[in-house]
Amino acid sequence: MIEASHLTKYFGDFPAITDVSFTAHRGEILGFLGPNAAGKTTTMRILTGFMPPTSGTASIAGYDVVSQSLEARRRIGYLPETVPLYTDMKVKDYLHFMGTIRGMEATDLQRRISEVVQICRLEDYYSSHIAKLSKGFRQRVGVAQAILHEPEVLVLDEPTVGIDPIQVVETRQLIKDLGGEHTIILSTHILPEVSMICQRVIIIHEGQIVAVDTPQALAERLEGTERIQLEVVGPTGQVVRALRAVQGVQDVTFTDLGDGRGIYSVMSRRGDEMRIALAKTVVEHGWGLLRLGAVTMSLEDIFLRLTTTEEA
Amino acid sequence: MRIILSVAYKELSTYVTSPMAYVVAGVFLALTGVFFINTVDQPFALASVRGLLGNTAFFLMPLIPPIMTMRLLAEEQKMGTLELLMTAPVRDYEIVIGKFLSSFIILAASIFLTLFYVFILRFYSDPDPGPILSGYLGILLYSASTLAIGLLASAFTGNQIVAATVGFGIILLFSVVSNVSGIVGGAAATILEHISLTSHYDAFTRGVIDTSDILYYLIMTTVFLFLTIRTLESRRWR
Repeated sequence: MIEASHLTKYFGDFPAITDVSFTAHRGEILGFLGPNAAGKTTTMRILTGFMPPTSGTASIAGYDVVSQSLEARRRIGYLPETVPLYTDMKVKDYLHFMGTIRGMEATDLQRRISEVVQICRLEDYYSSHIAKLSKGFRQRVGVAQAILHEPEVLVLDEPTVGIDPIQVVETRQLIKDLGGEHTIILSTHILPEVSMICQRVIIIHEGQIVAVDTPQALAERLEGTERIQLEVVGPTGQVVRALRAVQGVQDVTFTDLGDGRGIYSVMSRRGDEMRIALAKTVVEHGWGLLRLGAVTMSLEDIFLRLTTTEEA
Repeated sequence: MRIILSVAYKELSTYVTSPMAYVVAGVFLALTGVFFINTVDQPFALASVRGLLGNTAFFLMPLIPPIMTMRLLAEEQKMGTLELLMTAPVRDYEIVIGKFLSSFIILAASIFLTLFYVFILRFYSDPDPGPILSGYLGILLYSASTLAIGLLASAFTGNQIVAATVGFGIILLFSVVSNVSGIVGGAAATILEHISLTSHYDAFTRGVIDTSDILYYLIMTTVFLFLTIRTLESRRWR
């Protein structure tokens, strides 16, 4: 349904996202999880056709977002981070306008407006001016316009930010209910939110995808693990084998620097004794240990940071 | 076409539900009233609207159109609703033309209100209908060009005051270039005469409808609307 391959977007010299690839299947709720300024909004703006990528391609239901932009846009409902509303309009007029510019027929539009007003529980505010609505209700109007034309794909950028806790719960339930019919991509920086709503999570940090998995698998994978990086001079094959043999090590990856030097990234159980054991292993084999340390801002740290900035 | 009309309809409702349309029409009528009295309340005055329309073109057209158009695209940018429009399945030109149409309808309506003065003239005398009709045709073409310039200025920025000021500046520049043509002389003078908004208008008030004058205003309108569409498009590539 949604396919992104090797998306890269530069703003001047600054890469907002680098080589982002992923797919979302029909009916899936896919979470985009990352700290602020990780590239979530940029990715979504590319998918919705608001801006083209510097390189790479993306398609919605088989339509390229750049070369077949109108066709792709027809199939998307989009709720940007700051809910875009014409505050001087009434809710009904706003929905009517949004439906018309998306090419909906008048009778169809009337039927859908009464449906989405019910789905988003806006009945009491149907004839109110948007300017008079509270933040939470404005959010609902934003969701209402996004689902109005029954799009195959829904793109929701931080849909629960800035609304009160009760409304957050309601909005999450609403999104869950919408899944199945629609393919949904939603971005958030709140970890529990993705585990509650999403079937699959993409963790993005500094413009790059660092992990894609189900929320449960991610949590299990990261339970009590730590990534340690070592720079070692020695025969690479043997070093990898020796490090793997250390008790508590789960995985070792390796980057060759040439001249027998290599950077070894070790995924292991958390704790100081792991670093002691690793250092001992290297030294006992007579190899040169140039550097050893826990990796800052690895997947685990991002995960940790997301867990600690939990808001709801 | 349906999208253009629905954009135009939405903008029209915003005009008439906000004070904007009434303020524009009010100021317009007050000032044109002054122009009218100035030109007819004189010994041996001609029963014509030439002075009225000429003054309107020169004094009001740089001012009123950019104020009317300043909101149209600037606010969309500031409120983030442009993101919504640009991710909806609409073409950029549909947005621009719809918005242009709405502002043109409001300004044209204000201009038609001044037909009241023509009725006064007809009550007291027997004015020649030719120059009146051509004068009104001219002023409608004139306002289309100035609104297009104002809309371009509104596409440049999210700040409405900046948009109005830039629009005012561009229109004024196109209004006064013919004044300096006497100083530069030669081919440059001819060019300045030809691109001037005001010099193409004189013939209309005299009752002369020249296709080249009509073409000039149509081309000006088209060019500035085209530039507006490109400016909007370029936001995608930044």
